Amino acid sequence: MSDSFLTTIIKDNQAQGRLTKVPFIPAAFPTAADFWAHLLELADNGADIIEIGVPFSDPVADGPVVAGASQKALEQGGGLDFILAGLTRHRARLRCGLVLMGYVNPFIQYAWEAAAAETAGAAAQATMARSLELLAGQLAEAGVHGLIAPDLPLEENAPWLKALGGQGLALIPLVGPNTSLEKMRTYAQSGAKGYVYVVSVMGTTGVRAGLPPEVSDTLKRARQAFDLPLALGFGLSSPAQLEAISPADRPEAAVFGSALIRHLEAGGSARDFMAPWNA
Amino acid sequence: MKGYFGQFGGQFVPELLIPPLTELEEAMGRFLGQAEFEVELDELLRDFAGRVTPVTFCPKLSAELGLSLWLKREDLLHTGAHKVNNTLGQALLARKMGKTRLIAETGAGQHGVATAAAAARLGLRAKIFMGAVDVIRQSANVDRMRLLGAEVVPVADGTQTLKDAINETLRYWISHQGDTLYCFGTAAGPHPFPSLVAHFQSVISREARAQMLEKTGRLPDCVAACVGGGSNAIGMFRNFINDREVEIVGVEAAGTGQPGCYNSAPLNLGRPGVLHGQLSMLLQDRAGQVLPSHSISAGLDYPGVGPEHAHLQAIGRVRYELANDAETLAACRRLSRAEGIIPALESSHALAWVLRSAEALSGRTVLVCLSGRGDKDLDIIKDALAKQGEEL
Repeated sequence: MSDSFLTTIIKDNQAQGRLTKVPFIPAAFPTAADFWAHLLELADNGADIIEIGVPFSDPVADGPVVAGASQKALEQGGGLDFILAGLTRHRARLRCGLVLMGYVNPFIQYAWEAAAAETAGAAAQATMARSLELLAGQLAEAGVHGLIAPDLPLEENAPWLKALGGQGLALIPLVGPNTSLEKMRTYAQSGAKGYVYVVSVMGTTGVRAGLPPEVSDTLKRARQAFDLPLALGFGLSSPAQLEAISPADRPEAAVFGSALIRHLEAGGSARDFMAPWNA
Repeated sequence: MKGYFGQFGGQFVPELLIPPLTELEEAMGRFLGQAEFEVELDELLRDFAGRVTPVTFCPKLSAELGLSLWLKREDLLHTGAHKVNNTLGQALLARKMGKTRLIAETGAGQHGVATAAAAARLGLRAKIFMGAVDVIRQSANVDRMRLLGAEVVPVADGTQTLKDAINETLRYWISHQGDTLYCFGTAAGPHPFPSLVAHFQSVISREARAQMLEKTGRLPDCVAACVGGGSNAIGMFRNFINDREVEIVGVEAAGTGQPGCYNSAPLNLGRPGVLHGQLSMLLQDRAGQVLPSHSISAGLDYPGVGPEHAHLQAIGRVRYELANDAETLAACRRLSRAEGIIPALESSHALAWVLRSAEALSGRTVLVCLSGRGDKDLDIIKDALAKQGEEL
């Protein structure tokens, strides 16, 4: 099976000795008007892959910074409609990888009505599966490469892998400090693509002063289980944090969300934020 | 599929929560039904919580309505509602699992109080998450929890009500799963909570079925209960599901009943969606954002519902009806005056449906789950009556 575009980006960087930088920004944050300008500026200043957050009313895996930003994004109308319409306008200017990160419900509801009309009288799961297929078609058309759903564990991901795989999109798994090697292997065999999102802490999103010591063990297990690049996230604010990890275990990519959100909220620019990561 | 009731249920949670859910599932397999566990739980339910609760015949209302009305009296339980059936079970399970702390969400505060009491009794610490709006609305229950030794954490996110309290409790559990069990309050949430809570609540219908057979010589024609998350209802329904001749009715909160009003009736007015780890019926907008809910009874004020109810509705075994705020209030007052029992506003929804349906139920035996007592609702009842220009 050919590599996902996301995997290729990371491998190319790795060949040149570069860390892949993956900023996360909620759609329509800080405002619907400014969002696309920030996104383009991130892409022009070293962002290799951008994770666009699809805001949800009940973000159970997020700490206060991302949850607050999602709330603002919702008030600004930052749903899938906003993202897909904007990508149609801006996609040609974006060379980076694009991933949508959001909770299960907005994804399954996006085409629910259309799916329900097609599958009239069918049970909820059949409607959900069809709805995901319709969504995947739209995402592929808009130039999205993959999707991350923090409330979608292996136990529930089969219809998602099928729908996204059918359009060549990656479903990126999240694993963490309490994910066993065996469970990681099952994720790998189930058809994970793109990269592996390694959650650094037993907690929610948000900046921490340092990485916990067990992060090296998590990375080691993930390295053993997956034949995919690893992206470390939850708690990162500066490249220096990665230096605490021994070079053999260091991830190929770093995801930063809360630190970027705080920087933009304080009136900073995407370009200034990216500068230390590009040094 | 694992953890599903037909099409509904599942485990839509972060991977980091799968290990503690699996640990809980394994503990259920190990302890539930085990002789020592059951003896200890029976003792707690009997000597601490006050089981067996009676079924009470309502002579006056029965005569007025032309039917035979019976109440299963969960209102007589310690802490004032059925919630303690579940919290004692989960607290005992937590202790067997070697956990030292219970965490729980609460909306009106009833589950929080029941959790705090069970934790105190079993020597566990308790931390209760409660929406900041609810902390103000239900200050008496906040005081009760604190008096029982629990820590109450106000949650200022989102709508600052029950659903946000559940989000925060799940977040806390991610980072404290080693020593902590989430004592989920209703028969909803990710697998195995819907099964676990239904298991502990099914004592309601296990008793009620035998009591009705003993007192009336036959099964009731109809069994009714209010449905928010659905824990008293699933407890009331479980042991009647296989009695095909028994009609089963769940009653959801319609809010004011005006077209388009906020309500707590996802089975009637929602569509399938995922919230709090489960695929079930859900109040949501077109884009899948969860809508705020409303009911005059804080305990039903929730935009989702347990997956087993969605399943029972889908297969047509249980009928789900609606009762609005005004008819609920009237039902509460009518039972209080006719029978000397002040029902919780939650349970009053089920009574309101019986009152409205008296003609269709004529001559039949109807058993209603009186899930809690109404003392906690006095301020709400007075305010609502005052708005209608009435007094108690």
